[in-house]
Amino acid sequence: MIFGALEFPPIDDIVKWPDWFLKDSAFGFNKVALIYVLALVIPAVFFALAGRQKGYVPRGVRNAAEVVIGFVEKQIMLPTMGSEGAPFLPLLVTLFSFIFVANIFEVIPAFQMPGNARMAAPLVLALTVWVVFIVVGVKHQGMKYFAHIAWPPGVPIALKPLVGIIEVLSTFFIRPFSHAVRLFANMLAGHILLVTFSVLCISLWTAGPLFVVNIPTFFMLVGLTGFEIGVAFLQAFVFAILTGVYIGGSMQGHGDEDPMHHDHAPAAAH
Amino acid sequence: MSTLATFLAQATEATAPTAAEAKNTAAASSAGFAYGLAAIGPGIGIGYLVGQAVQAMARQPEAAGQVQTTMFLGIAFTEALALIGFVVFILLKFA
Repeated sequence: MIFGALEFPPIDDIVKWPDWFLKDSAFGFNKVALIYVLALVIPAVFFALAGRQKGYVPRGVRNAAEVVIGFVEKQIMLPTMGSEGAPFLPLLVTLFSFIFVANIFEVIPAFQMPGNARMAAPLVLALTVWVVFIVVGVKHQGMKYFAHIAWPPGVPIALKPLVGIIEVLSTFFIRPFSHAVRLFANMLAGHILLVTFSVLCISLWTAGPLFVVNIPTFFMLVGLTGFEIGVAFLQAFVFAILTGVYIGGSMQGHGDEDPMHHDHAPAAAH
Repeated sequence: MSTLATFLAQATEATAPTAAEAKNTAAASSAGFAYGLAAIGPGIGIGYLVGQAVQAMARQPEAAGQVQTTMFLGIAFTEALALIGFVVFILLKFA
């Protein structure tokens, strides 16, 4: 078996975890559920500790919390929604910190599983954002919000039905799907990548003369672990920034009826 | 004659894959193509996008922050296609 084929574990072995208690019920509690609970509790405790401080000069944990909130405000909220987006800053911070903490368990020993590599959490988050941006659109533009998407202004009359169908499909049906799949597939791909290199390292460790090949493989595994930390952060950032773009688009609408005033419509441009 | 027929029947029974096996083989071999083909377009797209963003940042360093945000947005939209290909790969290979 020394030069035998590499045995890759079946997909169920690397993303499905046995229930610890409440076995085989809908409320079965396993490793992924624990990661979700931790991803909820850790940011909550972190921001609660920071929020208890009084006074103008931040100390200790409040410094870190202000860095996180400042980052979300300056890099995510202001470029996508402008200062009208301030009511949505708590939503963005919550999404960002939950997704980041759930993702970072990918590289934490003993967990080694990104919470978002199961479709459940990304789907629920994407559907939440879907409801929020539709409600914001109706609140800011009334029923004109749907009319502007289904019958877009500034498009030649002959193309309006076609563009309208594409816009309705892409806004209300494809958008939540791609929003969820982007996060889910990125984390699953990263998880499979790390599993592949780990399995390779373990196999080569026992493979006699092939042991030399293990040295670059091992450093590749270390490098990819660092890369996955970056991906965990970047996916949380991208999820939050797309949330901002969707809500910002619902606030501002599709521009004027007058095609001459087209140039200041896009939300993400400034 | 009848021995030959039984022999042939036995031989085909032994070698011919069952329908489920044939489906698995076809799915496994098309899974690789699914991801490979899905990666071509986004690969070109992200390369072009990041190249242009780097050029923009080099020409106007004070706009680097804005360019970066927009670049990540563009990457996110482009990358979705490759990721859907990856999901199709997983579905074909394992589901």
